[in-house]
Amino acid sequence: MPSRTIGRNRGAILSQYYNRTLQLRMRRQSRPSLRDLPHSSRPSLRGYRVESDFSETDSRAESVRRQALVSNLQKLSVSDRVRMLRTMPLSMADKRQSSVSLVLPEDPLPSSGQIRVTSAQVLCHRRRPGSYCTACVLVTAHSLQLWQVALKRVGGRFGTGVLSYFLFLKTLLFFNLFLFLVTGLFLVLPQAVHPPPAVHPPPAVHPPPAVHPPQAVHAPQTPQLPQGPASFSGLELLTGGGYFSDSVMYYGYYSDTTLNRDCDNNGSLPSPGGWRGLDCARQGLSYSMPLAYFFTIGTAFFITCIILVFSMSRSFGQSFRVEQSTSLLAMKAFCSWDFKVVKTSSVALMSENIGTQLRELLADVTRNHANQTAGQRLWRLLVHGLAWTVCSGSTVACALAVHYLAQHMHAVRVLQARGEGGAGGVAADPLLSEARLLALPVGVSLINLLLPGLFNAAGWMEEYDSPSVRNSVAIARNLMLKVSLLSVLCFHWLGREATSGLQCWESFVGQELYRFLLMDFLFTLLDTLLGEFLWRLFSEKVLKKSRRPVFDIARNVLELIYGQTLAWLGVLFTPLLPGVQIIKLLLLFYIKMSSVMLNCQAPRKPYRASKMTTVFITLLCFPSFLGASVCVTYTMWSIAPSRACGPFRGLSTMMQAGRLWVEQLRDANPHLTWLATAHSYLVENPLFLFVAAGVFLIIIYFNSQVVGGQRKVIALLQEQIKNEGEDKKFLIRQLQNTHAKKRDAPARRSQQDSAC
Amino acid sequence: MHFCDGKITQLEWVTSKQRLPMNSSKPIRTALSFPEKRSYGELALLHGRYRELAPHLVPLDYTNNPDIKLPLSLLVSMPELKENPFRDRIVQTFSEDGQGDLSFNDFVDMFSALCESSSRELKTRYAFKIYDFNRDNLICKEDLEKTINKLTKGELTPEEVTLVCDKAIEEADLDGDSKLSFADFENMISKAPDFLSTFHVRI
Repeated sequence: MPSRTIGRNRGAILSQYYNRTLQLRMRRQSRPSLRDLPHSSRPSLRGYRVESDFSETDSRAESVRRQALVSNLQKLSVSDRVRMLRTMPLSMADKRQSSVSLVLPEDPLPSSGQIRVTSAQVLCHRRRPGSYCTACVLVTAHSLQLWQVALKRVGGRFGTGVLSYFLFLKTLLFFNLFLFLVTGLFLVLPQAVHPPPAVHPPPAVHPPPAVHPPQAVHAPQTPQLPQGPASFSGLELLTGGGYFSDSVMYYGYYSDTTLNRDCDNNGSLPSPGGWRGLDCARQGLSYSMPLAYFFTIGTAFFITCIILVFSMSRSFGQSFRVEQSTSLLAMKAFCSWDFKVVKTSSVALMSENIGTQLRELLADVTRNHANQTAGQRLWRLLVHGLAWTVCSGSTVACALAVHYLAQHMHAVRVLQARGEGGAGGVAADPLLSEARLLALPVGVSLINLLLPGLFNAAGWMEEYDSPSVRNSVAIARNLMLKVSLLSVLCFHWLGREATSGLQCWESFVGQELYRFLLMDFLFTLLDTLLGEFLWRLFSEKVLKKSRRPVFDIARNVLELIYGQTLAWLGVLFTPLLPGVQIIKLLLLFYIKMSSVMLNCQAPRKPYRASKMTTVFITLLCFPSFLGASVCVTYTMWSIAPSRACGPFRGLSTMMQAGRLWVEQLRDANPHLTWLATAHSYLVENPLFLFVAAGVFLIIIYFNSQVVGGQRKVIALLQEQIKNEGEDKKFLIRQLQNTHAKKRDAPARRSQQDSAC
Repeated sequence: MHFCDGKITQLEWVTSKQRLPMNSSKPIRTALSFPEKRSYGELALLHGRYRELAPHLVPLDYTNNPDIKLPLSLLVSMPELKENPFRDRIVQTFSEDGQGDLSFNDFVDMFSALCESSSRELKTRYAFKIYDFNRDNLICKEDLEKTINKLTKGELTPEEVTLVCDKAIEEADLDGDSKLSFADFENMISKAPDFLSTFHVRI
């Protein structure tokens, strides 16, 4: 075909064109802005990149190119130069030669015998003499990168999808580590070093002995039997009560005074508010616990929010594409092979999967979408409606069940407390009453375990247009379940427990959250054991099939998000909860890793890893973190802290701590009145929040309009490219005709000559 | 791996086994083009892997710039590449002579291009070269047929393979010459967010 031969020469023609115009373009080029490099095509440098394929044999053109590159690089600053050279796909010989002709940067190297100019010295422009010994340290440091080998094994066997679950777990671990460090350093450590005096009436948080009837709350000075820590029975690890209830783990332990050193007047009398005792504070190091608590929690949440929003936007930026892709087959052919997979059986499976997917895509692309009859469409709608009814109905039923169970347990507790208060301390069986505390967490975890199975069953009978729609629907149903359960529980805790008159409700809520976290972990273990290990044994021995269970990525990730929400909810009430979560995540990693390796097989359905990672990070940010921070903010803003325990006792709300501090600053130093007024306008006034939200909405609208405009431009440009392709075909045909005519013309003339 | 933005030219190590001395008369300079310090450790790792392919050929000491190249057959026996259907093409793309003999520089080039944090442009560039079997800077129908056969290893019948290739080129070819130039390829890859994560070899 003529177009093919011309196609090859066309490459040479194009390259010559680039060569000739390169100098021209270079002269017209102003200082390049480095930010645009990956996205736009700056002719002089893009020309360099593309040409390096075409004109490899033209040495003169190469020297011209190199000169162009060097002169371009000379215009840039050193760090820009480094970045430019790094992103260029040249061989290092080229880069070295270019950099040698560049001016060396300012940092001189340590003088030793031979100083040779290599590209490293240009590019690593901040070398220091001490780098020699850091080299050997870093060889060892590299091998300590967390879980590198295990992740490689999982990726090699199961591919990117299952790997993304473990990477998500690692991310959560780092979030919790950060929280744990912050709360540990600023809250736990100071309080552990200065334990509150024992004369304090112990914050009784559960029914067994010495609980005060509600009326006695207003007399904190009433001498009670100082209850030392109960003896350690194993049940404490599960319930978080007993031995742990009066420890640094819970809110109730924290003092509301200013912790001082070298001070006689050490707050042996609990001064509500903690604002008296300033004279003592001036003598030694003082550390105001209420302020520390307030600001630590606030700052930790703020920083977590910023980190989450950044990672979400970065992940979104990587996976969002302005234009919906239509080239599915080509993308499948070039992008579906996962280069990480190294195990033979997995590779065979992947080939099989890709073959099946290509076949399905081909069928999709070539078949005519026959219009379904009205009857078929109605039937499909009916089936969908039924499935959704079943799912939402079961969700609502479970939420109501949890609500009533919580109410019932609360009533039982109150009854028990009243019964004991009245009878004067005849204790019911403490183990039974402690175990009764576990009823609610066990119930909720059971629901979380069983209901997704029901949703899967409902999903089987439906038929969807594509597997990604099926995936999204499954995730949505699961999410709906968890959100409704958590909102019922939050309503119960913050609405009912907080106002029930329980003496130290924050510690109680903290204990509840600890129990929920623990039960969630235990049930995940149970699910791993039953769902994966036993199922594999069953299917191998009894059913005699070699099909192993598939690792359900979406469900496991949602479990992780649920656990993290609990941890975030609980940080205010239990500052050590991130530590518990860290231990849980570490154990979960190893257990899931071994279970996956032993029991599961790679997923058969195509899994769009980057899109799913974006979805999961978004879910972590939006329902999970937002919900937790809304609850915490609501607690700090509106709910009255308990009067007998904790750092905020005596204040009307926790926010009042900040308010009082600002007022105190203003009283102490009249120059800081602006701070107080700023505080009252910005923080107290909701108008500021409305204005900020309005600004965000405007920015979002603006960006979405820009994206719409870009889509239109892309469509127009594609049409233009198509038209130019047609033009080229037309011109090639014209050229061929002209050549043919020229060939025939002398032949005809020679014929005529010979004829004459 | 975080070293992959650059490539090295000559490795001037004293030795990887000895403790690197503080006051060395011989300057230890690695021509690494990454200012991040942890690249030293990763380079040590790569050198170890390169060496274990042929311990009698590859020296520990690179101060005299030895010119050692390992042949294709040794390189495709690496566990990371052994099962990859494109292993021959990958190694050939990064070799200077196109026959598949890699020096240590080329070896590091290869793993830096294939690693996690190398840029999208770099990966697209090398993916195009890998999939271009006849090295004419265009992915024509034969190249695509070879790619699909290697991917599916005989799962599809020849008619299906031909049909898939036709449809794929129809979808991705923008200027209508029924071949994929680099611009077409890049445009198609830019719409595939998974490309970065799948075109990645962990070492």
